[in-house]
Amino acid sequence: MIATSTTELAVDVSSATVHYGPVLALDNASLALAQGTVCGLVGMNGSGKSTLFKTIMGQIKPDSGSVKIGGTDPLQARKSGMLAYVPQSEAVDWNFPISVRDVVMTGRYGQMGWSRRAKKKDHAAVNEALERVELTEYADRQIGQLSGGQKKRAFVARCIAQGASIMLLDEPFAGVDKRSEATITTLLREIADDGGSILISTHDLQALPQLADEAVLLMRKVLMHGAPEVVLQAENLALAFGLDPMKRDVS
Amino acid sequence: MNLLELLAEPLSYTFMIRALSVTVIASVLCAVLSCWLVLIGWSLMGDAVSHAVLPGVVLAYIVGAPFALGALIFGFLAVALIGGVRDTTKLKEDAAIGIVFTILFSFGLVLISVTPSHIDLNHIIFGNLLGVSAEDLWQVLILGAVTFSILIFKRKDFTLYAFDQTHAHALGMNPRLIGAVLLGLLAMTSVVALQAVGVILVVAMLIIPGATAFLLTDKFSKMLIIAPALAASAAILGVYVSYFLDASTGGMVVLAQGLIFTVVYLFSPRQGLIAAYIATKNRRKSLAAAS
Repeated sequence: MIATSTTELAVDVSSATVHYGPVLALDNASLALAQGTVCGLVGMNGSGKSTLFKTIMGQIKPDSGSVKIGGTDPLQARKSGMLAYVPQSEAVDWNFPISVRDVVMTGRYGQMGWSRRAKKKDHAAVNEALERVELTEYADRQIGQLSGGQKKRAFVARCIAQGASIMLLDEPFAGVDKRSEATITTLLREIADDGGSILISTHDLQALPQLADEAVLLMRKVLMHGAPEVVLQAENLALAFGLDPMKRDVS
Repeated sequence: MNLLELLAEPLSYTFMIRALSVTVIASVLCAVLSCWLVLIGWSLMGDAVSHAVLPGVVLAYIVGAPFALGALIFGFLAVALIGGVRDTTKLKEDAAIGIVFTILFSFGLVLISVTPSHIDLNHIIFGNLLGVSAEDLWQVLILGAVTFSILIFKRKDFTLYAFDQTHAHALGMNPRLIGAVLLGLLAMTSVVALQAVGVILVVAMLIIPGATAFLLTDKFSKMLIIAPALAASAAILGVYVSYFLDASTGGMVVLAQGLIFTVVYLFSPRQGLIAAYIATKNRRKSLAAAS
């Protein structure tokens, strides 16, 4: 893990407002994520989850408000390798001719020279990360040849190899069976216990209390931020979703 | 006459040696680049840029500037215009590409038709392999070497760009810059290749070898070897056949690439049509045996 001073917030979004043309995507949203915590980001489609992720990643510059990562400027934070991202399954080209090992190796690119030639410590970091997510025996498979849960673990391994202290996961449990979900949950808890900070956008409300220390309810603005048991109470969810979401397949 | 003499015969002409060299260099360069283009989904972009460089090349000829400079400027102009039309209208990207590159290409055709010149500028369109001068060969060699070196040296960044731009961004890299460099290399490659097969057929050399290699392997590092190897073979085959049949050289080279693609498409051990057919049949058989 890359050390950040213990008092700094891992992620500090303050009063961010984002428009897409005339459409308001984020409305004065603030989110503070302390180090070593797992935070679940809950909201319906169009609630601004992706926009908030992109704002934290620095892919979108908010119209107003500010973002700090690990207490510093986001670009500096990215260059230091502290920020890592696990993409949504739909965003990945699973036919791409790349092996699991090579995907994990891309986590090391920030620490390599211009031609990204892997050194001994890079191979060691990749092997260790693969070991950690229990994918060592699948390391040389093409990335699409893994199961849904294994694919997610491969990308988590990339974050580990990178040595990132802040991880953003976009819908990590979509298309993942229950057993793999449990494995990933355990893994993420371990990373958080080691001081990693994790922000997860998810539709899987049932699994959230075991996984997350806190939950955020998003509807263009942050409606609520607190313990999952509190945030996920039906009357609070009704604010973000309209009706009874625990009983329906919310999509 | 034995086979060796037959094969050596064309090489007794300087113009044939030059033609063969230019074709092999251009084919290999295009093939390397094509590995990324087919994976990023930039085949149409390759089509657009390779056509859009035409007015740039003609204007460069008129003012006496290097062809590559004109090509680069118009390559980027095309990409900027495509992005502009796409982002400011409700048109989809393929329409934007179709509009922009055909207009630029037509502009190039008109420029050629009104430009008095002692060389036949139409050669830019169809290629003029058999008329490659020593000077042309040098230009192809230098441009090709520079482009090839950048592609190979930064290959891992281009591959990451093709696979996961968000991750590249998360590492503090600048994916837009990587994309722009790749487009610049595409424009340079177009200049190299239009010497060989002309503007119209460049796009074939920018798509077919990478696509063929992709059907043969699921390792990118292998694609980078298979694609240029196949392209070089097609180049040599095409040039020879065109010599003996007295047929269009550029056309023959692309036909040879097409022939290799077809063979791979049918017989590729993992993804080929025949292999897929046999696999389905075996599955049915084992299912029938199990029930």
